[in-house]
Amino acid sequence: MTAALEIKGLKKVYSSGVEALRGIDLTVDEGDFYALLGPNGAGKSTTIGIVTSLINKTAGHVQVFGHDLDTDLVRAKQQIGLVPQEFNFNPFETVQQIVVNQAGYYGVPRKEALIRSEKYLKQSDLWEKRNVRARMLSGGMKRRLMIARALMHEPRLLILDEPTAGVDIELRREMWDFLSALNASGTTIILTTHYLEEAEMLCRNIGIIQSGELIENTSMKALLAKLQFETFIFDLAEGTQSPEIEGYQSHLEDAQTLVVEVERHQGVNALFEQLSAQGIKVLSMRNQSNRLEALFLKITTENQSGAK
Amino acid sequence: MTNLYLTALKSLAVKETNRYLRIWVQTLVPPVITTSLYFVIFGKMIGGRIGNMGGFSYMAFIVPGLIMMSVITSSYANVSSSFFSQKFQKNIEELLVAPVPTHIIIWGFVIGGLGRSILVGALVTMISLFFVPLHVYSWLMVIVTFLMTAILFSLAGLINGIFAQSYDDVSIVPTFVLQPLTYLGGVFYAISMLPPFWQAVSKINPIVYMISGFRYGFLGVADVSIAVSITILVLFIVVLYTICWYLIDKGTGLRS
Repeated sequence: MTAALEIKGLKKVYSSGVEALRGIDLTVDEGDFYALLGPNGAGKSTTIGIVTSLINKTAGHVQVFGHDLDTDLVRAKQQIGLVPQEFNFNPFETVQQIVVNQAGYYGVPRKEALIRSEKYLKQSDLWEKRNVRARMLSGGMKRRLMIARALMHEPRLLILDEPTAGVDIELRREMWDFLSALNASGTTIILTTHYLEEAEMLCRNIGIIQSGELIENTSMKALLAKLQFETFIFDLAEGTQSPEIEGYQSHLEDAQTLVVEVERHQGVNALFEQLSAQGIKVLSMRNQSNRLEALFLKITTENQSGAK
Repeated sequence: MTNLYLTALKSLAVKETNRYLRIWVQTLVPPVITTSLYFVIFGKMIGGRIGNMGGFSYMAFIVPGLIMMSVITSSYANVSSSFFSQKFQKNIEELLVAPVPTHIIIWGFVIGGLGRSILVGALVTMISLFFVPLHVYSWLMVIVTFLMTAILFSLAGLINGIFAQSYDDVSIVPTFVLQPLTYLGGVFYAISMLPPFWQAVSKINPIVYMISGFRYGFLGVADVSIAVSITILVLFIVVLYTICWYLIDKGTGLRS
């Protein structure tokens, strides 16, 4: 199977002298849903910029479905759809003009582009707004417009740079469903995001970039397995005495919220036994949702300390 | 692949055409008003006292120059401001990520400049008909010099748009370079009227050759030889096109 994206020895030094990428090797398989994470300024957007021809590379090779950016640029570009971080459409054009024009740049004839515009604008819930100038759309609609625009030439690889930034929770969930369905239909997706919950929820594989280097490239499952502990939050009944728990790291966040870190080998049975013995009434329990966030911080902090 | 490129060119040309038609009050009306004023003030009021120029009424003499002036301004301004605003709003990225070759990008913008020039040129010509009957000596020369001048200044505007970092940068060249060169390029007078020294100086100004060639198409009289006019136009187009291609292909001002 051809890799959807293959990056070898990718380096980028900006004219200012900033070394943004220091030799990245990365392979994303066809059909994958891949998360590219990293702190601000780590090199995520530079990597995406090079893959999508918005930034010139200093060294290295990039292939998209086997088409090399240096020798077969046109075919490589045809495979990619990009949803950039910032709104970059003409705000004075109508929604339909924007998507139809973009399809034209990829060689989709106008007649076909109009048919596709109906399909993708309906999918994005923007069909009713097709004759509205883009500047009149809400932030969420603008995000959806950029996704619809990127899909007009039906790319095999969709790259989304922070697609849900500034989008409300409801709409974010809708976009997750939409992207999951798109991935299920065969489109390879690469996603950068600051919402680590989003990456955990959607992506099968993950790469972490820091200071221009790929410091982690593995499956989401394998990465999360590295998390040696899990944090549980207990909601306690009112008037409950302060618990004393032995063998676990715990603290009271407030009078009714107990936070306990449970190491993998410990299990939760002994914890419940202690709570019951102390007569502590637990109303509900949940695990902290941002597991990846904790791991991400751990990995990047360790890497930074190592570098120092 | 040819179909892909033709579709891309058509899309860009349509987009550019829609742009200047959408803002027609800014793009089509001002040159019509300005040249109408020139016709009234210079042609009618002052021109009446000047008398004949090269065997033609002063009004008939300045009509080709004024049409050419509006063509130069329109083609340059259209491409420079469109390209710069696409850079400014970042929607130039729509083109850069797509499989659109540099030649198609150049021609897409040039077609936009050309289209606006043709419309403005036609409107100004129509206005001139209120003042003087249309006299055409050679349609071929009129069309050739018109199209070549519009292409040339579209390319020049594109270079300006590529280098521009702010809206000020887009207006500096038209105000401080193009306008003086156009006024001194023989719109309102024949170069042959000047003393020999200033005639020689004027011939450094490339716009002289364009206005002269265009006026020849209308009146059959020219300040410089037609062959020289066409050669200068071709030369400038080739040089400017090459510069445009090099800059865009290299990503100057577009890719970091």
